[in-house]
Amino acid sequence: MSARRIFARPARRAAIAPYVWMALFFLVPFIFVVKISLSQTAIAQPPYLPVFDLTSGAGAIKAAFAALSLDNFRLLLSDDLYVFSYLRSLLVAVVSTSILLLIGYPIAYGMARLPARWQSVAMMLVIVPFWTSFLIRIYAWINILQHDGLLNQILLALHLVSTPVVWLSTDSAMYLGIVYSYLPFMILPLYATLAKIDPALLEAANDLGSSPRQAFWLVTFPLSLPGVGAGVLLCFIPIVGEFVIPDLLAGSDSLMIGQTLWLEFFTNKDWPVASAAAVVLLLLLLAPLLLYDRLQRRQLEAR
Amino acid sequence: MARASNRLSRFNVTSLALGLAFLYLPIVILVIYSFNASRLVTVWGGWSLKWYSEFFNDGAMLDAASMSFRVAVTSATLATLLGTLAAVALSRGERFKGRTLFSGMLYAPLVMPEVITGLSLLLLFVAVNAERGFWTVTIAHTTLTMCFVAVVVQSRLGALDRSLEEAAMDLGCDPARAFLSVTLPLILPSIAAGWMLAFTLSLDDLVIASFTTGPGSATLPIRIYSEVRLGVKPEINAICTLIIALIAAVIVVASFASKLSREQGESAAPL
Repeated sequence: MSARRIFARPARRAAIAPYVWMALFFLVPFIFVVKISLSQTAIAQPPYLPVFDLTSGAGAIKAAFAALSLDNFRLLLSDDLYVFSYLRSLLVAVVSTSILLLIGYPIAYGMARLPARWQSVAMMLVIVPFWTSFLIRIYAWINILQHDGLLNQILLALHLVSTPVVWLSTDSAMYLGIVYSYLPFMILPLYATLAKIDPALLEAANDLGSSPRQAFWLVTFPLSLPGVGAGVLLCFIPIVGEFVIPDLLAGSDSLMIGQTLWLEFFTNKDWPVASAAAVVLLLLLLAPLLLYDRLQRRQLEAR
Repeated sequence: MARASNRLSRFNVTSLALGLAFLYLPIVILVIYSFNASRLVTVWGGWSLKWYSEFFNDGAMLDAASMSFRVAVTSATLATLLGTLAAVALSRGERFKGRTLFSGMLYAPLVMPEVITGLSLLLLFVAVNAERGFWTVTIAHTTLTMCFVAVVVQSRLGALDRSLEEAAMDLGCDPARAFLSVTLPLILPSIAAGWMLAFTLSLDDLVIASFTTGPGSATLPIRIYSEVRLGVKPEINAICTLIIALIAAVIVVASFASKLSREQGESAAPL
């Protein structure tokens, strides 16, 4: 064991560079977000007050601290626009994660039951779209869903509808886009746990007289729950903050929080309110984020 | 038939086939449309390459493509260096001070909504008065993608037999030598796969780049996004097809690398 310990010392030193990098570009920026969320909006560059100026002495910094306020958070909670955005984001994330689980589970289950050499092919086929641009995949759907797009042409040709159906700018298009984009994120962790289940357990269940259906619900499904947890979190968390998909596929009458934040930032140039919105979003996601962190760590470090 | 409960059922096959069709059909349709001669995207006017030549004559698009490519190469290289170091520290460093914070910082960006990551980095860049453009986007992408590299490499390191390193050290290697001559060659395929993942993630990113870039230095996804908002254009189909082709080439190389890595022992890299 001493070799292991001797190896550990320089290995620990390897942490220095990535540690400093992540502290500088991941941790410190959050401090700025929190700070600016407590500032006042101003017509200036940068568009917020007070701006900390380290050269102006301790008195000025103290005054700047005194000027911090919770006004932006009060605004967020009193303005229906924001409250609805948060609620809508959570709703969209719950609905789409449920659909993803319902669609993803049978696919992952089918993959796990393929003969071994086909499994890696199937996994590759699921991973490839994950590597392909998000934006391109959404754009591919716009091609199909637009007014005179392929879907409407097919429906018209089959006489299923008499006039083109409006697909774009609807919630169904948005759900379709989300499910399409996040499906690999749901399938892969599910497949990883399903493939690890020892087939002998199912044989045992079979020998003990349970039908395949019973064996699935009594053996396979309970054993796959860690994968379900990972897949659900891996989809739910980013969907809550999703911007591109609702922006391109959903209507503009009700916004998700990612869109509201974007609008506040880029169009209204209200950086303090956008920062406050980000802080609240982060607080909403804190519990699932910590849960995901624990799962990841357990998976990677329990070897 | 003891294996009866273990056979592929019709339900398994159907769900697999439908699932894969769902994943691929839209992309196939997009690629086919990119060769459509007609200006109306939906009317088939015969095969043509004219939208590709349109792209190669579109200066603004080409500038954006070159910007994206440079950012992707630079940030993927930085991210691979930092991510590999992080993976080594996490899987070989035993306990050290701040380890929990360190691994938390590495796993959080994997799922963090991009709007938050983008916004926070922009606020930092504005606060330190950095000129926004190539370097700010590169730093932002490095921060995001090094976490993916760390996960890929760490899972390979975790699967690696540690007695190999220990044997090297018993035979008189110092840790650095043992790492360079034993560990590094074994994890090289996963490092390569990590680089390529970082490269494609950077090439794809719209949200973080939108926040962290400055005027006049749009990346390709930013240009595409502003065009797509105005509606479907055949030229965009051609650009998307080119990107898909590029990424497909990267994937072929990456899968070759991960196959190499799998042949040396089961790797459980999730990506």
